[in-house]
Amino acid sequence: MAAEREPPPLGDGKQADFEELEDGEDLFTSTVSTLESSPSSPEPASLPAEDLSTNSNGPKPAEIILDDDREDLFAEATEEVSLDSPEREPILSPEPSPAITPITPTTLMAPRIESKSMSAPVIFDRSRDEIEEEANGDVFDIEIGVSDPEKVGDGMNAYMAYRVTTKTSLSMFNKNEFSVKRRFSDFLGLHSKLATKYLHVGYIVPPAPEKSIVGMTKVKVGKEDSSSTEFVEKRRAALERYLQRTVKHPTLLQDPDLRQFLESSELPRAVNTQALSGAGILRMVNKAADAVNKMTIKMNESDAWFEEKQQQFENLDQQLRKLHASVEALVCHRKELSANTAAFAKSAAMLGNSEDHTALSRALSQLAEVEEKIDQLHQEQAFADFYVFSELLSDYIRLIAAVKGVFDHRMKCWQKWDDAQITLQKKREAEAKMMLANKPDKIQQAKNEIREKERVKDFKTVIIKYLESLVQTQQQLIKYWEAFLPEAKAIA
Amino acid sequence: MKARRQAPPSIQRARWGRNLAASPALSRGLPGGRGWKTGSKQKRGGARGPVMEENPDPGEERQPCSVSVVLQGDGALQVEISDAVSERDKVKFTVHTKSCLPHFSQTEFSVVRQHEEFIWLHDAYTDNEDYAGIIIPPAPPKPDFEASREKLQRLGEGDSSVTREEFAKMKQELEGEYLAIFKKTVAMHEVFLQRLATHPTLRRDHNLYVFLEYGQDLSVRGKNKKELFGGFIRNIVKSADEALITGVSGLKEVDEFFEHERTFLLEYHTRIRDACLRADRVMRSHKCLAEDYIPISAALSSLGTQEVHQLKTSFLKLAELFERLRKLEGRVASDEDLKLSDMLHYYMRDAQAAKDLLYRRLRALVDYENANKALDKARMRNREVRAAETHQQLCCRRFEHLSDSAKHELMDFKARRGSAFRKNLIELAELELKHAKASTLLLRNTLIALKGEP
Repeated sequence: MAAEREPPPLGDGKQADFEELEDGEDLFTSTVSTLESSPSSPEPASLPAEDLSTNSNGPKPAEIILDDDREDLFAEATEEVSLDSPEREPILSPEPSPAITPITPTTLMAPRIESKSMSAPVIFDRSRDEIEEEANGDVFDIEIGVSDPEKVGDGMNAYMAYRVTTKTSLSMFNKNEFSVKRRFSDFLGLHSKLATKYLHVGYIVPPAPEKSIVGMTKVKVGKEDSSSTEFVEKRRAALERYLQRTVKHPTLLQDPDLRQFLESSELPRAVNTQALSGAGILRMVNKAADAVNKMTIKMNESDAWFEEKQQQFENLDQQLRKLHASVEALVCHRKELSANTAAFAKSAAMLGNSEDHTALSRALSQLAEVEEKIDQLHQEQAFADFYVFSELLSDYIRLIAAVKGVFDHRMKCWQKWDDAQITLQKKREAEAKMMLANKPDKIQQAKNEIREKERVKDFKTVIIKYLESLVQTQQQLIKYWEAFLPEAKAIA
Repeated sequence: MKARRQAPPSIQRARWGRNLAASPALSRGLPGGRGWKTGSKQKRGGARGPVMEENPDPGEERQPCSVSVVLQGDGALQVEISDAVSERDKVKFTVHTKSCLPHFSQTEFSVVRQHEEFIWLHDAYTDNEDYAGIIIPPAPPKPDFEASREKLQRLGEGDSSVTREEFAKMKQELEGEYLAIFKKTVAMHEVFLQRLATHPTLRRDHNLYVFLEYGQDLSVRGKNKKELFGGFIRNIVKSADEALITGVSGLKEVDEFFEHERTFLLEYHTRIRDACLRADRVMRSHKCLAEDYIPISAALSSLGTQEVHQLKTSFLKLAELFERLRKLEGRVASDEDLKLSDMLHYYMRDAQAAKDLLYRRLRALVDYENANKALDKARMRNREVRAAETHQQLCCRRFEHLSDSAKHELMDFKARRGSAFRKNLIELAELELKHAKASTLLLRNTLIALKGEP
């Protein structure tokens, strides 16, 4: 399988994320093998044969020891996953760029890969950190924009069509720039396809924006008020972020479904995303079953790392929810403030009109103008608050829900594993062994999926943007008041 | 000491202390030099308004509340409120007077007065016919801690979702609010007295002297039912006056000046009342906004303590940022409150007092006209002509005297308004600038720190 790989166009090794790992277990072979390639040369073409010798540059040869005791490996792996590990090796930097061939992740590898794979991803993780530290760029070179919402159709059958524009230089796409029209159910369809493919293997598929029947109905019915435009705007921004996140994920990028979504002008209607369709109901039933399941499964959490992470995520989720609620309150109050300022501006203007004292009258009208401008400012700020900050938080909350989904899947896997164990004990068949192999790999991927770095960067950029918007507001405020001051002084 | 019902232990007794001795007097415009303390710099020379000195809050550089009155005085009678104590739901003011007037037995003395006594004094003035031609300084509003108290109570009842730090912060906010209201009410009462004391005519009133000097309680009870009813009747009379003043009764106004003033004042009063309400709403939203930052900051800091790596410092920095932003926003809100809201409120009341003046004048005019008619009738019937004549002359003189004084007062009102608005608007703009600049600096620094991190 490694032979299928062609040197990717962006072969500067910068994006050597763990995408390798995620591309199915079979990648591990090539991945591990690349570890042997000379540290300085990023030349991916020189993929050596699958030599699984453990002369990888792992700093801890101990971890490569074929060890049936997975617990130990995990324990060590736990250490290394910590990003502050001092044992970062720059040698690991030249990873080959993403494999181009789409690889179905369900291919199960023979168990021999296991132990090696344990270490590899770990090392990858660290190296990835470094790579990201060195080269801060997103070398994917694919930009996605969602724009131009337009209403198509009429009445209850109407829908909003969004234009999805892609600019890329990746060779897997036919053109460099193309755009297609998609509707919301198309996005949901894409998400469900990706989810079915990847979720049970342990990836975190970026969550799609939620369906909102109320909002959409309003739009359909044609209410042209501000709430529906807001709703459309919110949705558009959310869809854009969704696509951007999906694309950033290298494995998902390879997916043919995604490509089809981005490229082809016609897409089969994803009917089973409709809320009331058969599939929808099935989903609801599944969800209910899952919930019950969660309560009954009593998983003996043998992996400390997971336990810790799960706890972390629980806490994080709670915190984020609280933060989100507070930010929403902030947005609401700012909107109120802007409305009140507008009202005050009007009455100040009227007061200025009726004022006898001419200079004072002028000053008051100026005050009214200033206040009006400030009100506009507040409104804009409220939008910024909302779109930048609050939406980000809700995205993260949903992301965490997705992570939890992965955890849940893991639990299910564990359950299966448990069953398999029992079966194994009873039967000792090859099949059972295969199932046994399943779990650890998935766990590995899940671990790596917890992409702390991504989150850090993402969050930071957004926060910076938000703060900059605040700075802008303040500066504008300064300008307005400075303009007003001489007027005030001029009152005779 | 006396504890306030339901008050948290920290606010049992709020004091308004005045350092009578040292501080640099502001009084460049006030000969006699002492009496007004200032906490802020004044920009104008000449007569200037009294400024409060605040109990210095160490961390805060709150602007002292300045009431929008510009006074001229000759220092013969200086009044100030040197202390105030809040107990239960009453506020006791210590009124300190310094005077070299012969009416008083001492040159310097203090009495303790309550709000009801101020109202009594105000009513004494308004009921006095001699002062009909003067704009009586509006009575200070009743001290109202209700809203603040409610909030404190609600906070005390507790909300389990609120962490301890958040609780502490909110409590702090509320205490600050309480203190601000307290300061304001003291300022209002003081301004009332000071305007009386500096007005050439009003200061000579006997009631004022009693108020200032009489050591015992003036035993002014709260209005009982009869008086309240009387007040009600008076309001009805007033609305009849409104009809009068709006020209419904067909009274001809000969004097152009007053005609103009009348239309102006009517309109002005409604609009300023409007502006007041809306300014209040703005201020409240601003406060809400500032308070919103508290949970955000708390959530961010708990996120920060949780995180194990880079985001940790970012979160903590953000938490700090929001905390400081909150303080700044809070200050913007309170400054707007002081400079804009308070000023508008005061001038609304003052405009009302001016309107009252116009009513009185018009009533005098009515009397005059009636007297004229009576005189004509008497002349026709040739009976009691002399009496009618004297009466008519009395009315005439009264009316003219009133008109003169009213004219003077109204022009004074305009000038006062102009300068007060000027002063406050300038201060407002400067404060807003200051805060905006501080926010920008704060945000920029945080941005640098955030960007600088890996």
